[in-house]
Amino acid sequence: MTLEYIPLVFMLVFGFGIATVFMYLSEILGAKRSTKEKNTTYESGMTPFKTARDRFSVKFYLVAMLFLVFDIEIVFMYPWAVQFKQLGSTGFIAMMLFIVLLLSGYIYVIKKGALKWD
Amino acid sequence: MGIELQYLLPIITISFFVVTAIVFDALLQNKIFSFVWSIIGLIVVIGTASYTFVIPSLELMNLSKEGLITKNMVFFGGYASFFDIVFAGAGLMTILASRVYIKREYKELNEYYSLILITVSGMMLIGHSNNLLILFIGIEIMSISFYVLAGYFRNSIKSIEASLKYFLLGSFATGFLVYGIALLYGATGSLDLNIITSNLIAGKFNHIYFLLGSGLILIGLSFKVAAFPFHQWAPDVYQGSPTVASGFMSSAGKAAAMIAFIIVFKHILPAVNNPVLIKDTHLIQNIIAVLAACTMLLGNFTALAQTNVKRMLAYSSVAHAGYLLIGIASNNSTGWTGVLFYSVAYILMQLGAFIVLSVIERNEQSNLELSDFAGLSRSHPILAALMAVFMLSLAGIPPFAGFFGKYYLFVSAVKADYVWLTIVAVISSIISMYYYIGIILQMYFKDPRSVALEADYGLARIPLFIAVAGLVIFGVFPSLLADVAYYFF
Repeated sequence: MTLEYIPLVFMLVFGFGIATVFMYLSEILGAKRSTKEKNTTYESGMTPFKTARDRFSVKFYLVAMLFLVFDIEIVFMYPWAVQFKQLGSTGFIAMMLFIVLLLSGYIYVIKKGALKWD
Repeated sequence: MGIELQYLLPIITISFFVVTAIVFDALLQNKIFSFVWSIIGLIVVIGTASYTFVIPSLELMNLSKEGLITKNMVFFGGYASFFDIVFAGAGLMTILASRVYIKREYKELNEYYSLILITVSGMMLIGHSNNLLILFIGIEIMSISFYVLAGYFRNSIKSIEASLKYFLLGSFATGFLVYGIALLYGATGSLDLNIITSNLIAGKFNHIYFLLGSGLILIGLSFKVAAFPFHQWAPDVYQGSPTVASGFMSSAGKAAAMIAFIIVFKHILPAVNNPVLIKDTHLIQNIIAVLAACTMLLGNFTALAQTNVKRMLAYSSVAHAGYLLIGIASNNSTGWTGVLFYSVAYILMQLGAFIVLSVIERNEQSNLELSDFAGLSRSHPILAALMAVFMLSLAGIPPFAGFFGKYYLFVSAVKADYVWLTIVAVISSIISMYYYIGIILQMYFKDPRSVALEADYGLARIPLFIAVAGLVIFGVFPSLLADVAYYFF
């Protein structure tokens, strides 16, 4: 029973080993030419103008959370749509129930003004 | 298929009312409508649950296990229907008592009723679970609504502290529970509790993973009932939460977690003559027995030192988790019947006591010190009498239902050869007399304070009446409940 797990152990050891060896090899062998551009936080993005450890509006969290909910919905709906004929009426009723539940949540969110920015 | 839907009616109705209540909360500003709607909902649920309770059990036998919509994941009838009625009743009592309290102390009633309904639906799902996944979903629905209820007074620092503490520790404990379920699945090859039992009896299980999984599930569930090493959150959370909500959490929430205990440990500790399994079974039973003994002693000793009545009741609720665990440790049908009886009695007396506190509480947790109860019998004789009944029942004095609950639990421990556990339980029960009787002494034999307490009953009269009536009826005629409970296991 334990023998079955030996490939897994090998994978873990080699995975860690290769990652560590490559990291240190590039540290030792690589060229080190430091420029001002390279030392900024985002080399090809906006220059940061404030500390990142700051409080920001709770609305961002709300939007992120709502996005997750509707994203997950799509994950459920794709396989259902592909297997629609095989799943038959049980699948259809189940998905309709799911959509109605989600819709009632959506009505709640809209009416409570969670998506209003001001 | 038709008969299956009939058995599912309580779950279907509570889900319907939960969803509609949330939509109404969003659409309507006037909260009287959601108040009435949630009360109608819970009454309908009690009605449908009573209907599934009286459908002849022959129909349940004929229900083929193949081709069910629920794929054999849900348990029908029997104790599940019984607890549907109990939990919906507890929710009803809480909602009736909450209206005047929340309006006075907080003035906002936003989603309070929907939250109570969601909690009840989670508890009912726990009672109906025949599969570890359904059990987990039920526990999570219940716990997450409890986290929100604990922080319902969002302007009060104590309430926020209670909510955050409960949330962080609760989600950590949930991790233990899920990991335990995963290991149990790995050990026995199924999540269906009946298949787990048959695999255990047939010897088709991995010994080490089975023990690890059961241990982790034990930890997760012990947290939910606030048993000994995992009880530290209970006093702070119960003290900081809105009084009616903490009454609901500490009574119905604890009862629901005890049902989860019964369902899981009834199936993973089967009584068979397999020598390996018997050793494991005894080990787990002994661990639960030690936990029960420590919980009782610690809860009662710590409650002795409290001067705040709400905190004292929180510690006493820890002690009562210990009494209830006796029934799990003894692992026989008397024990499960005892847990069932004591859960009902405990819901009535604990919720009743918290409702009495909510009636006299003013301005965020003042008026709750032990000295505030001095001479209550002179200013509010009825309230003092009610409180005395709840305290006597919690202490286990005969004419009330608390006595018979303890009696059944102690008998089950003797039957299972846990005489030492019974002795510990009796001793800690005697210790608990001191502080329960202490409140009665304050109320009846001390001079009242200079400023008399105000009492604002509102609709709380109805749940208080139900609680006292239930305690007296089940105390005088315990067979009403015990005979029903006896056929479940």
